[in-house]
Amino acid sequence: MAEHEAESEALTSDELLVEEVSIDGMCGVY
Amino acid sequence: MTVAGSVTFDLDRAWRVDPRVSMRPEPFGALLYHFGTRRLSFLKNQTVLAVVRSLADHPSARAACLASGVPEAELPVYARALAALAESQMISERTLS
Amino acid sequence: MTIAPDAAPVADAAGVRPAAPSPGKLTDLFQLGLDAPICLTWELTYACNLSCVHCLSSSGRRDPRELTTRECMDVIDTLERMQVFYVNIGGGEPTVRPDFWELVDYATAHHVGVKFSTNGVKLDAAAAARLAASDYVDVQISLDGATREVNDAVRGPGSFDTAVRAMQNLADAGFKGFKLSVVMTRQNIPQIDQFKAIADRYGAQLRLTRLRPSGRGADVWDELHPLPEQQRQLYDWLVAHGEQVLTGDSFFHLSAFGGALPGLNLCGAGRVVCLIDPVGDVYACPFAIHDNFLAGNVRDTGGFESVWRHSPLFADLRKPDTGGACKSCGFYDSCRGGCMAAKFFTGLPLDGPDPECVQGYGETALASVPASSAATPRPSVDHSHRTMPPRPGPSRLRTAGGSRAVPVSIGPRRPPAHDCDESPLAGFDAPSGCR
Repeated sequence: MAEHEAESEALTSDELLVEEVSIDGMCGVY
Repeated sequence: MTVAGSVTFDLDRAWRVDPRVSMRPEPFGALLYHFGTRRLSFLKNQTVLAVVRSLADHPSARAACLASGVPEAELPVYARALAALAESQMISERTLS
Repeated sequence: MTIAPDAAPVADAAGVRPAAPSPGKLTDLFQLGLDAPICLTWELTYACNLSCVHCLSSSGRRDPRELTTRECMDVIDTLERMQVFYVNIGGGEPTVRPDFWELVDYATAHHVGVKFSTNGVKLDAAAAARLAASDYVDVQISLDGATREVNDAVRGPGSFDTAVRAMQNLADAGFKGFKLSVVMTRQNIPQIDQFKAIADRYGAQLRLTRLRPSGRGADVWDELHPLPEQQRQLYDWLVAHGEQVLTGDSFFHLSAFGGALPGLNLCGAGRVVCLIDPVGDVYACPFAIHDNFLAGNVRDTGGFESVWRHSPLFADLRKPDTGGACKSCGFYDSCRGGCMAAKFFTGLPLDGPDPECVQGYGETALASVPASSAATPRPSVDHSHRTMPPRPGPSRLRTAGGSRAVPVSIGPRRPPAHDCDESPLAGFDAPSGCR
């Protein structure tokens, strides 16, 4: 469901340009 | 070609943003929300946003990158970004007419 | 500043656009706030056919100052302009508004997705068919017990059957993937596998969310909130099943048990999300319906956009978080100090541990909160049905020998202004029609 780009994979010369997250309402839906 | 997860990304094919995706520019880059998968993607700079927005206007992702000012040496970085977007269905291949 | 959708940063002679500095992690970016919410909760009405004992919005009776249909459409126009991706519509029971479907259609026609929360009372076969036909509307059925006994104890007689009927209608209409949403309590955590089975039976996705001591929840918090060992059980279950289950991003305080849970582990109140209530009040979060978290009103000059961008409350929430009393804890990075609303309504300071801190710091902190009603904030508005039994108040504040009698509220009340109110208008009641 969620897809975190792990920080440890990011190198200074190969920075990840896309990050994703599953944002299920952020406590907004009940 | 670049691999991210289960998707092999081909820079030399034609791509486009999925019609169910809403793109919202931000000062830092952009947010993409897919109404089908309900996932949110975050583009971290203006260049990758320019690439994504122009995908449908170019015969290949490589052409879109170069036209957006991506230096040749950085193509692999952008290919990885596009691969991630393809894996989450934010972008998909299109057939060239 | 937000770049208009068709604008782009100026390119140089070679056609290269300057890259803005990368904000690093998504979480850092979200902490500092966005130019527009990603999504927001919109309580359409305080009216409700039920009187759930833990209702976060103390709903029941319609407020006569509710936004009109036209005012609601104006809000939707604003959300479209700001490119808010979707709204989480709730209440009360949103489907009891006569213009509910009109508003849902208006929103989706204006590029604002709709996810709405319902107890199912109006989800007949026709409604289910209508929903199954739309790509941009999602629905969430509330259920707080896997059995009639456990559920109805919280949500009232008949509510279990109503929810099941609604789910059956949705399944029959071919709506796959609607949400079954459960507030986790001491009484229903043992039923967690049964909830999964119910969701599977109807083709739904299970959603588990956290109980907060908000609204009427303040009165039943001591009886209903999970025990420490149950929090561990819940965490382990989420780790095992997290791929298939949603959490409303509400269990990030459990991340301090070990690895972070899927989702965005931080509080987005006033930064990424907020609440618009039935009378147009904008709060940081639906669990913080209290004057201290009131940012403005959509009827104010400048509307919602101005409130989101210029409210002093939101500016304050968007300041970098230094961690306060939690900063020396090794788990702060994963739990971020927990839930603001949970702290506020249990009388804890906002810059300290969550009342359910899994390291136990919350319990220690609670022991220092004086057992008096002055120390524990009460909700600012209460639309509970008059036919409800008198609200007993939080159990630890009750006098020995029985519940203290609390008069049933007659109408929405606002607490008297106090010295700490920031707004110069605190305590000022505008004549009706002025808002």
